[in-house]
Amino acid sequence: MKYLKFLSVGVLFGIIMTKSEAISWYRIQEMFLFDSFHMYGIIGTAVVAGLLVTTFIKRKQLQTIEGEKIKLNPKNMSIPRYLLGGTVFGLGWALTGACPGPMYTLLGHGIAAILVVIISSLIGTLVYGILRPKLPH
Amino acid sequence: MIFVTIKKETDSIFAARFFYVNNLIIIMIIEFLSQPWHWSVSGLSLALVMFLLLYFGGELGISSTLRTICSVSGAGEKCDFFQFNWRSQLWNIVFVIGAVLGGWLASTFLASPTPVQVGEKTEVHLKELGISLPQDNPEVGGLVPMEVFSLGNLLSPTGFITLIIGGFLIGFGARWAGGCTSGHAISGLSNLQLPSLIAVIGFFIGGLLMTYLLLPLIYNIS
Repeated sequence: MKYLKFLSVGVLFGIIMTKSEAISWYRIQEMFLFDSFHMYGIIGTAVVAGLLVTTFIKRKQLQTIEGEKIKLNPKNMSIPRYLLGGTVFGLGWALTGACPGPMYTLLGHGIAAILVVIISSLIGTLVYGILRPKLPH
Repeated sequence: MIFVTIKKETDSIFAARFFYVNNLIIIMIIEFLSQPWHWSVSGLSLALVMFLLLYFGGELGISSTLRTICSVSGAGEKCDFFQFNWRSQLWNIVFVIGAVLGGWLASTFLASPTPVQVGEKTEVHLKELGISLPQDNPEVGGLVPMEVFSLGNLLSPTGFITLIIGGFLIGFGARWAGGCTSGHAISGLSNLQLPSLIAVIGFFIGGLLMTYLLLPLIYNIS
């Protein structure tokens, strides 16, 4: 039961990713070519609505369904970590036209080659974990 | 007796009509949902997903599942970074299993009547690179260029670079930056986190470098 609700939200997320076409390689190309407002509209609307959601949660001190405090984790400040890591991520995002959410969703579309991307991203995560002490953070 | 039969007949006619109308409504809803969604509807629904995850005691951040999978697979024995209580992150694994299911449901029951439509500038750019257009890939609803996303292409330069190196960069970069599009661009920016803004600027530095400089090189050498 505890996990069923996460499964349902996941299903909703997969449907949104598909119907918004955010899982399309072409849409990501189009976004980086500044050829359409579509992707900016999706992210922009989500951020503005999300801002209302987080403000609402903070104002009302809303609790989770299990009665705990909702955690809105602040992120530690640093520049190199986010700028360099972000750039590496961006290179991969534009290349495969998919970020992690769409990666999983595309698997549901039966595009088998995306499994290779997922496995490679696991290897990338593993190598990051190993090199972590040597990277600027 | 006659009265009873008549009543039964009207009942069954009523029931048939009820189911007919009900089915029509369901068909109309499915047709409505099958259209590509407007960006505002998509954005609002994403904010709803973010809210539900927070309310259920989780948070929206998908790339962390990659770290969890590494940890579940035993990477913690060799590397401290993967030594954490992965059981506390299982909800996120269930969430992405849901995303796979949602992708399957949407592609099976809510497939768009038309392939993805991209702008003219993008079409011209793709033709220059020799990449097929969305309308050339109707079998996947025009979502991805199938010549790139095919297992047979894996050992060609474009396939290897796109799928293997691309995936590697996503996993490496997401963890270095401490999040991906969902964790930084949506969750982080919604919570007015400056680190997330820096990460998103990084996403675009990398994305633009790839789109304008590297992709033309990759697709012209092969």
